[in-house]
Amino acid sequence: MIHSLFLINSAADIFLEKHWKSVISRSVCDYFFEAQEKAGDPDNVPPVIRTPHHYLINIYRDKIFFVSVIQTEVPPLFVIEFLHRVAETLQDYFGECSESVIKDNVVIVYELLEEMLDNGFPLATESNILKELIKPPTILRSMVNTITGSSNVGETLPTGQLSTVPWRRAGVKYTNNEAYFDVIEEIDAIIDKSGATVCAEIQGVIDACVKLTGMPDLTLSFMNPRLLDDVSFHPCVRFKRWESERVLSFIPPDGNFRLMSYHVSAQNLVAIPIYVKQNISFFESGSSGRLDITVGPKQTMGKPVEGLVVSIHMPKVVLSVSLTASQGTQKYDAVTKVLVWDIGKLNQQKLPNLKGSLSLQSGAPKPEENPSLNIDLKIQQLAISGVKVSRLDMYGEKYKPFKGVKYITKAGKFQVRT
Amino acid sequence: MSASSAFSDDKGGSSNVGEPEYGHDPASGGIFSSDYKRHDDLKEMLDSNKDSLKLEAMKRIVAMIARGKNASELFPAVVKNVACKNIEVKKLVYVYLVRYAEEQQDLALLSISTFQRGLKDPNQLIRASALRVLSSIRVTIIVPIMMLAIKEAASDMSPYVRKTAAHAIPKLYSLDPEQKDQLIEVIEKLLADKTTLVAGSVVMAFEEVCPERIDLIHKNYRKLCNLLIDVEEWGQVVIINMLTRYARTQFLNPNINECLLEEGGEKAFYGSDEDDEAKEEENAEVSPMAKRKPYVMDPDHRLLLRNTKPLLQSRNAAVVMAVAQLYFHLAPKAEVGVIAKALVRLMRSHSEVQYVVLQNVATMSIKRRGMFEPYLKSFYIRSTDPTQIKVLKLEVLTNLASETNISTILREFQTYIKSMDKDFVAATIQAIGRCATNIGEVRDTCLNGLVQLLSNRDELVVAESVVVIKKLLQMQPEQHSEIIKHMAKLTDNIQVPMARASILWLIGEYCEHVPKIAPDVLRKMAKTFTNEEDIVKLQIINLAAKLYLTNSKQTKLLTQYVLNLAKYDQNYDIRDRARFIRQLIVPMEKGGALSKYAKKLFLALKPAPVLESPFKDRDHFQLGSLSHLLNAKTGGYQELPDWPDVAPDPSVRNVELEEVFPTSEGRIGLLGDWREVPEWTKCSSRDKRKDKKVEKPFYSDSDGESGPTESADSGSDSASGSESGGSSSSSEEESGSGSESEESEEESDSEEEEQKKKRKKIVQRKMKPPASESAASEESCGEDQKILQKPKEIRSESDEEDESQSESSESESESEPESESEAEVKKKKKVSVPNLPSKQTRKTTVEKKEMSLLDLDDFEPTTSQVTPVNNVLSNSLVTDLEGLSLTDTMMSSATVTTASSLKMYELLHRIKGEGLAVEYCFSRQPFGSDSHMIAVQLHFTNNTTSEVKALRVEEPKLQSGMRMKEFPEIDVLPPSGSVTVVMGIDFSDSTQTANFQLCTHTRKFFVSIQPPVGELMMPVFMTENEFKKEQGKLMGMNELSEKLVLGAMCQNDHTIVQRVTSAANVSRVPCGSDKECRFAGKTMTSGSLVLVTVVTKADEGTVQLTVNCEKMVIGTMLVKDILQALNQ
Repeated sequence: MIHSLFLINSAADIFLEKHWKSVISRSVCDYFFEAQEKAGDPDNVPPVIRTPHHYLINIYRDKIFFVSVIQTEVPPLFVIEFLHRVAETLQDYFGECSESVIKDNVVIVYELLEEMLDNGFPLATESNILKELIKPPTILRSMVNTITGSSNVGETLPTGQLSTVPWRRAGVKYTNNEAYFDVIEEIDAIIDKSGATVCAEIQGVIDACVKLTGMPDLTLSFMNPRLLDDVSFHPCVRFKRWESERVLSFIPPDGNFRLMSYHVSAQNLVAIPIYVKQNISFFESGSSGRLDITVGPKQTMGKPVEGLVVSIHMPKVVLSVSLTASQGTQKYDAVTKVLVWDIGKLNQQKLPNLKGSLSLQSGAPKPEENPSLNIDLKIQQLAISGVKVSRLDMYGEKYKPFKGVKYITKAGKFQVRT
Repeated sequence: MSASSAFSDDKGGSSNVGEPEYGHDPASGGIFSSDYKRHDDLKEMLDSNKDSLKLEAMKRIVAMIARGKNASELFPAVVKNVACKNIEVKKLVYVYLVRYAEEQQDLALLSISTFQRGLKDPNQLIRASALRVLSSIRVTIIVPIMMLAIKEAASDMSPYVRKTAAHAIPKLYSLDPEQKDQLIEVIEKLLADKTTLVAGSVVMAFEEVCPERIDLIHKNYRKLCNLLIDVEEWGQVVIINMLTRYARTQFLNPNINECLLEEGGEKAFYGSDEDDEAKEEENAEVSPMAKRKPYVMDPDHRLLLRNTKPLLQSRNAAVVMAVAQLYFHLAPKAEVGVIAKALVRLMRSHSEVQYVVLQNVATMSIKRRGMFEPYLKSFYIRSTDPTQIKVLKLEVLTNLASETNISTILREFQTYIKSMDKDFVAATIQAIGRCATNIGEVRDTCLNGLVQLLSNRDELVVAESVVVIKKLLQMQPEQHSEIIKHMAKLTDNIQVPMARASILWLIGEYCEHVPKIAPDVLRKMAKTFTNEEDIVKLQIINLAAKLYLTNSKQTKLLTQYVLNLAKYDQNYDIRDRARFIRQLIVPMEKGGALSKYAKKLFLALKPAPVLESPFKDRDHFQLGSLSHLLNAKTGGYQELPDWPDVAPDPSVRNVELEEVFPTSEGRIGLLGDWREVPEWTKCSSRDKRKDKKVEKPFYSDSDGESGPTESADSGSDSASGSESGGSSSSSEEESGSGSESEESEEESDSEEEEQKKKRKKIVQRKMKPPASESAASEESCGEDQKILQKPKEIRSESDEEDESQSESSESESESEPESESEAEVKKKKKVSVPNLPSKQTRKTTVEKKEMSLLDLDDFEPTTSQVTPVNNVLSNSLVTDLEGLSLTDTMMSSATVTTASSLKMYELLHRIKGEGLAVEYCFSRQPFGSDSHMIAVQLHFTNNTTSEVKALRVEEPKLQSGMRMKEFPEIDVLPPSGSVTVVMGIDFSDSTQTANFQLCTHTRKFFVSIQPPVGELMMPVFMTENEFKKEQGKLMGMNELSEKLVLGAMCQNDHTIVQRVTSAANVSRVPCGSDKECRFAGKTMTSGSLVLVTVVTKADEGTVQLTVNCEKMVIGTMLVKDILQALNQ
């Protein structure tokens, strides 16, 4: 299956390579560089590249290309999903997945890769098992290691892999037993010029942070499970119980994990929390244009809208802007042609407004398309779909855990066409 | 290098002389001298006694490997440490070994003994890791050692080690393909493994080593299906992909009927996505090809579909895709829809996932447009999407376009055209072109829109529009001379060669529509000829030639000029073309033979190009595969086989079947199979036949008091010849076979095949009599039988007909004159014979009535005989037998016969049902292939004077976890007729009611079925020792016991056995003591054991009832029920 893996940074430098079968020369990456050059934008590099003897399947994540070398037929998603799992594991271990972090922890990364894949076939990809095998570095541990010379590799081999709950490590102990659940919903929407919704949907996830002693068996139930249209679960969730009772019953992994993601059924009308009044125009003569944007609240369920950011990808011909914002800060990057207006909290009384003129490259024809606005926002303590957790029960352990549920609504791919 | 410097910072304490130099080593690769030195100190560290130094050295070496630097010369120093105690050092040495062993084979051998020792370690994890490293070292010399190690590990008691063995198989195979045969043996062995841990790995090995050996899967198919949900996600992907291929070779195409229909017809049939089978049936009936066999899905095929469906909810995109492709390739059309939602969900994922999913959706949406139509908006494009995603979404949108949604789609397209991303705009224009060709109504709208684009400022957009317009115009050129004129003007401005070429071609092709402009264009072109691109030049020549032929007066000179220019062109294609055309059109002295055909050659009507998706027909590649994505076969790709025309023998998947039966007798094996009584299949049918015959006298002998009927019965059996002895004693349903006679007449030549098919179709149908014998007898008596059965039918209603009747009816069909008289005899004696051993199977009814060739009436006599039977005798007999001998056959018969007394419950009262009365009972039969389903027999009686039509189940309202398999619709129930059908309900081990509506053609009745707790289980056969062992495990809170005083009636244990078995579907466990009766069963759904013990205390006249069951609720209820039964 997966033959080799190369990690490549944006400067086309291969900074890590790992082979699970015989060694493949790194020159194979030249085909990748070729494709990368052709694509220009890293997002446009085709995920699958054909070379005379191999196939390169790559992902781009956190400014790193994970390029894997394949020789025979394999489902491409299998590889892609695995590569993302590698990136997530690194993120989980080191807090971020960047070139410098990987370089600093190259041995641990290498050990991880060794455990995750055997002869190209995934072996241990559950972070709980991996953490038992190879302990993640912490400041304390690395200091202790320096003094005592002990290692990051677990003394005992993983027992989790053998159990019926491979995602949970054995012998978990906490003094404070806590279970937190974040219900995070994102609104994906396209709003057209006139303010009408072209399409809108809500995607939600429940991220959990569970630190409970022993082998707790949790049951999470919803007030209104019927809202959830399409769901996908962490393997720990008992699917049968969901099918029959619409409750989430599971023995959780230890630590952070994504319990479920869901999609709110399309029948429900999606509440759009804000409206945008915009007027962007370019003049035929004089190489200039005008911009006037006002953002106001629409359906916020009485909660304040925070972290409001409007970003606009301007046409190439826009050289500079001279704008004044009634609230927040605005910045135009002349290289990437992105205008970012960071509004912050939406003031209901005095609606934030951005107004001013755009100067264009002289002589160039006026752009035909008005740029679309990408909106980012956050509403605390609200799940816009109305999903609500009704209760969390724990079985199998005696102590009383501390439980908490938090709701956040965010803008996902929220776009306003102009 | 930051890595190494980081190390030196971290480990400042242990840093050494070599360190700084190493830290400054430039990335381009070290200077040799420094390399040398560095390695020297690494060697020193590795040779030291301190683990910390060794570790430090190894870390640096691994960091070198990670950066792709050569560390091979350290091999000797490193390999020494393979036996190091420090686990991290050891692991890093392993990493090093695996990387360099191939290059230094001889030295690598030094490490082998360490691993060999490891293979014998008592710790399973050490064994596994030793095997893992050993098998990863690519040294050919150790192939025999590896082989041995793998073989040993394959039978290791630890599943983890076995998993590692499975992983090692492909490694060894790639090292030495000659080992294939031996490896296949290991694979075969591991495939039989029952743990989820091993399943994924071994299937992966199977796929790499011997994907063609599909025969190895047969026996493990059902197991794999059942394990699937618990296998780790990566294994799931591999297994599902493999099973897709397997299913394609083993099952029939579920859409076979649809394939034969016209495309237009399909919409009518598949308006909604309801239950498939009903649909299929309907389809088959409506189909003009009604003569074809109606398709019935193999239960194994259904099993696969059912067990993979929950995996659509996996978080792993690869798993979801695997299930989606399985459904796309294997499911009946009406069911494929379920995957759309999951696929659309994946589109929220990372852009690479999106890319792959969209590729597959694009292919699927061509074949199954309706599936994705509801999700149209999910494919709308955002300006922030990467171009490759945009283009794919556009492809999907185009595929989804239909008359109904085209206006919305075109409106969307309009916004896309204004995008800044010009590649994307070009793709949109192409898409509009395709919509225009596919949907006639919008062609003009699209064309107008495209023409407007011709005035776009961006040349690429204009060029693309020209190319698309050209294709559209070709469909109806007459109406659009205006557009052609407009385009002719564009030649002045447009520079994109493809667009210029397209315009020239258009003008040439339709020069008669623009007679004035065409020569002028040629004139302009002639001027610029030398500066044009090659494709434009070729089109200029073409234009010239065409104009010369139509309008030679005006263009003769121009043409000559152009041809002369072309003659000296640098490109030989153009020179050739010019020469060729000159010969063709300009009459020469010699007079080319072809020149008279010049007009025909040039002005022939050209077919309009078909704009079709690049994804068309890509589905011949297995979806989700790399080959599909690249649209080219990749190495190691296994073709997705076509459906077979005739399904191969499904019995190969029967796990219990240990020997292949000779075909004429195989049916008994088949019978055994559907009953899921392993013991039956184990004994060869011939033996069984003997046993059965032995059994018969047993019945009659042992219970002398019941005498006459029994002996008459057995007499009739033996009298009606050996064939009836064989067939009827193996619980034949004769009336069924009688009505089948029509069928068997038709297909008596292909009897064997027919049998196989039938087994698939008839899930719970009776076995047919052995072909050659029965065919004849059935043919002869089929007609008479019908007549005979009519009166009986009435009789069966008037007075409760019991088993003896059915017995007689059986023999009637076999040997008719004799049995008729017998029936008479029995009728007389009936009253005196209250209790008869009921043969379970006789009560089974024909469940799959979609066999449709059967006349309904034929069923009634037998099916209506389902009546409560008191079976004291049979039970006592059985218990006696159990005491006597414990042969296999005896056991099986015990399990079968004990479960027999049936109680009728009312489902719908005659008055409430407006004349339709429905009763039900729990037949205690296995329901089809689904072992969780409880078979519920429904007995319909029509008390009205009119026909009741279209009896069916609708809107089952089931509690959580319950499932229901409705009975096939009953078309017509004649006045005062009755019919019995079987439906399956999985009560999910609870006594919740199953509510549903019973519909007739006029009315709907709300009814509900609530099972007594005793029906929620099935008998399990076990020995006394096993029973005690299991009971030992279920002590404490799982044990419930109760004391009661029994009346004199109930003192003997026969009564007890009978009462207990009537209250619960359990089987008696043989036991030495006569004071104790033990029964065992397990719950249908979860398979938890239910153990019942009744100890009689003769002196006190009391009994102690003990129930052991993991499920306390069931236990408690069962105790109550049994007590009640015993207290009667």
